[in-house]
Amino acid sequence: MSVSEKIVADFVANGIEFVTTVPCKQLGGVIDAVEKEPSIYHIPSNKEDEGMGLCAGAFMGGKRPAIIMQNTAIGVTVNTLVTLTQFYRMPLPMLISYRGELKEPVACQVEMAVHTKALLNQLNIPTYHFHKPGDEQELDAILKYTFMCNKPVAILTDATFWGGY
Amino acid sequence: MIRSEIIRDIAPILRDQLVVCNIGLPSQELHMIDDQASTFYMLGTMGLSSSIGLGVALAQDKTVISIDGDGSVLTNFGTLPTIANNVADNFILLIIDNGSYGSTGDQPTYAGKKTSLTAVARACGCENVVECQAEETGVVLQAAIDSKKMTVIVAKCESGNIKVPVITKDPVVIRDRFMTEVVRLNA
Repeated sequence: MSVSEKIVADFVANGIEFVTTVPCKQLGGVIDAVEKEPSIYHIPSNKEDEGMGLCAGAFMGGKRPAIIMQNTAIGVTVNTLVTLTQFYRMPLPMLISYRGELKEPVACQVEMAVHTKALLNQLNIPTYHFHKPGDEQELDAILKYTFMCNKPVAILTDATFWGGY
Repeated sequence: MIRSEIIRDIAPILRDQLVVCNIGLPSQELHMIDDQASTFYMLGTMGLSSSIGLGVALAQDKTVISIDGDGSVLTNFGTLPTIANNVADNFILLIIDNGSYGSTGDQPTYAGKKTSLTAVARACGCENVVECQAEETGVVLQAAIDSKKMTVIVAKCESGNIKVPVITKDPVVIRDRFMTEVVRLNA
């Protein structure tokens, strides 16, 4: 089983049936695996705050959601995270590609990477960082934690974890 | 007619449905006119009424009506292609189009100028798009509910506001009673 398939298997095992995605090269394998998984409704979003709105609705409609996005999106979703997901106390696992870390070829990505953890910290969002192969073993516990506490939770996955670009 | 008069007109129709109501004055007006546990009031997050409503519609079977505004749709324009390409026949997007940002002082929107949200919704691929005058909103909304087809309604009205109190209910209470209604209606 590939890492991407393992991640989606953990989604399924934790009752996640509604996943929204904004494309990312690094998370392409996970997005493909989500698309192939028959028990998950995969709904691509045009922007991450739109995706968080869809996830809020799906949660209230009775389905556990998740969002897959890049860390650049933290910059455009602060208001939604604060006034929707957190204000109404809704769970939201956020599987995030941590662009701009070691092995990054594109300088501009670093500009957002240096703010990523600071922003998540400022927003009091529990944050986990998959840096080495095998770190994905913790995903199952992170998902259980997310739906226990009804909070948005960030899972940052960097290039070293994914084995480069 | 202004938005609050449309909301007053359609409140008896909304009463039996799951409703996601737009931030600001639309939520405050509906809350004052006919507060229902089956209404999810948005206290923040401009633009996401349609996205939240579509999410609820895709996750369960009962009809969901998102009450939106022209300004809010302009804020979250990406929502229209997402709606068009993820057909939920239990979803109705009601855009009350008064051509202005009512909650912030009636500044004009582009929808009140050259941009037609009806044409945009059709161009995005939405199949059932109905534009109507304010007075027809109730009839058009009831027909959309009865059709059991995903429908986008653009109800054109005049800009203008009435005095309404803010909603002081706790957001978790609003969310919890809405989810309880979702379970009850689907039982």
